[in-house]
Amino acid sequence: MSTLPLLKVNDVSKFYGSRIGCRNVSFELYAGEVLAIVGESGSGKTTLLSCLSTRLIPTSGIVEYHMRDGQYRDLARMGEAERRFLMRTDWGFVHQNPADGLRMTVSAGANVGERLMAVGDRHYGNIRATASDWLERVEIGIDRIDDQPRAFSGGMRQRLQIARNLVTSPRLVFMDEPTGGLDVSVQARLLDLVRGLVHDLGLAAIIVTHDLAVARLLSHRMMVMKDGAVIEQGLTDRVLDDPREPYTQLLVSSILQV
Amino acid sequence: MATPLVVSEVAKSFTMHLRDGIRRPVVANVSFSVKAGECVVLGGPSGVGKSSILKMLYGNYGVDEGQILMDHDGKLVNLATAEPRTVLEVRRTTLGYVSQFLRVVPRVSSLDIVAEPLQARGVPLEEARTHAAELLNKLNLPRELWSLPPATFSGGEQQRVNIARGFITDHKILLLDEPTASLDAKNRAVVVELIAEKKAKGTALIGIFHDEEVRDAVADRILDVSAFSPRKAAA
Repeated sequence: MSTLPLLKVNDVSKFYGSRIGCRNVSFELYAGEVLAIVGESGSGKTTLLSCLSTRLIPTSGIVEYHMRDGQYRDLARMGEAERRFLMRTDWGFVHQNPADGLRMTVSAGANVGERLMAVGDRHYGNIRATASDWLERVEIGIDRIDDQPRAFSGGMRQRLQIARNLVTSPRLVFMDEPTGGLDVSVQARLLDLVRGLVHDLGLAAIIVTHDLAVARLLSHRMMVMKDGAVIEQGLTDRVLDDPREPYTQLLVSSILQV
Repeated sequence: MATPLVVSEVAKSFTMHLRDGIRRPVVANVSFSVKAGECVVLGGPSGVGKSSILKMLYGNYGVDEGQILMDHDGKLVNLATAEPRTVLEVRRTTLGYVSQFLRVVPRVSSLDIVAEPLQARGVPLEEARTHAAELLNKLNLPRELWSLPPATFSGGEQQRVNIARGFITDHKILLLDEPTASLDAKNRAVVVELIAEKKAKGTALIGIFHDEEVRDAVADRILDVSAFSPRKAAA
């Protein structure tokens, strides 16, 4: 187990004018750890995810990332080119809507291969072989490699987006409601797939979700957000089985038992 | 003799904010220790806090006061205040738990559910599966069920998968929450035998057993949890 955190988040706040997006968030994330950020709509979880993944620049606070060369870099002070390179290689971002993370008008194989080319792979045969290997891992038939994601179902598109993100062996993956908008049987399959991949690849992941069952199944740690602030955090099963804050108790008690 | 677990003056209460903030004390002043190779059984009537103590020992429930000290790879860890990643590491290598019910993961076979804790410790999949198969065989789980996810199994079948999963590793401390509750006599005897094997290997065991026959067969000592009742402590 690595002793240095992969991501150090120190007192991050984001304001939209006078309105609070998120405030005073601090935590550390280690390699292999999966952190779930839960809370209702408008609680600031997506704003926080955007601040962490450099899609937004925080109003105050510092996010530092442990680069492969062993140095910590302040993400806000990184050049645009360097940041984009990081996002294409060492990071992944899985959007709730696969259309936001895929190129809908190129083939499934090209969607996966594109990330490989971004890290310098130029051999067509190798790229296609790796792409088909990844399609198999996310349970998409090889016969669909030349089809465009437009022709895929929602669940398949989401699995393709995951393959596209993981093909470059990232160390950190951000996921924004990865199972939102999928029906439950498709969700179960996707969750199981993500769980297996995270475990096999030793990924660190930050998953934003409002679904506590998703958090229970995938995450080691959990942060509960309300009105832009983290009100409770800890081991996932501790937070869910022994919630301490009034709002967390309300969230947990609102789950329907099937 | 080594003492892998020491519990010192632990207290726990629940505050139910949705019920006007009612504070319900569960236990207070819980102090005991368990030696290597010893099986301590938590006794006392239902609702006295036996399961809550086990859950605190596992880090599943928060601890209001006191210390839970464990010998983790030669280092002393206080589980009551440890960081989540430390708790997870302790669970992976030192602390095992057989819960009353199995939390089923969709699509994962019984064999792999049992093999998983070994795999998490770096044992190759095939080797882990071989151990898993031995245990499931010992617990008389029909072979045709091994490749199926346990969602549709009977209570006793699920519990045997759960027991196999808990007993497969060589964790130094093992928590058992009524592992024999829905088993028939033959399989209860297997569990008694498995516990005896763990004791012989120097595992410290803490368990809840309502079945008197099993309790008498495995317990070195019965700890009456009523003694930790917070009302008594206040009086």
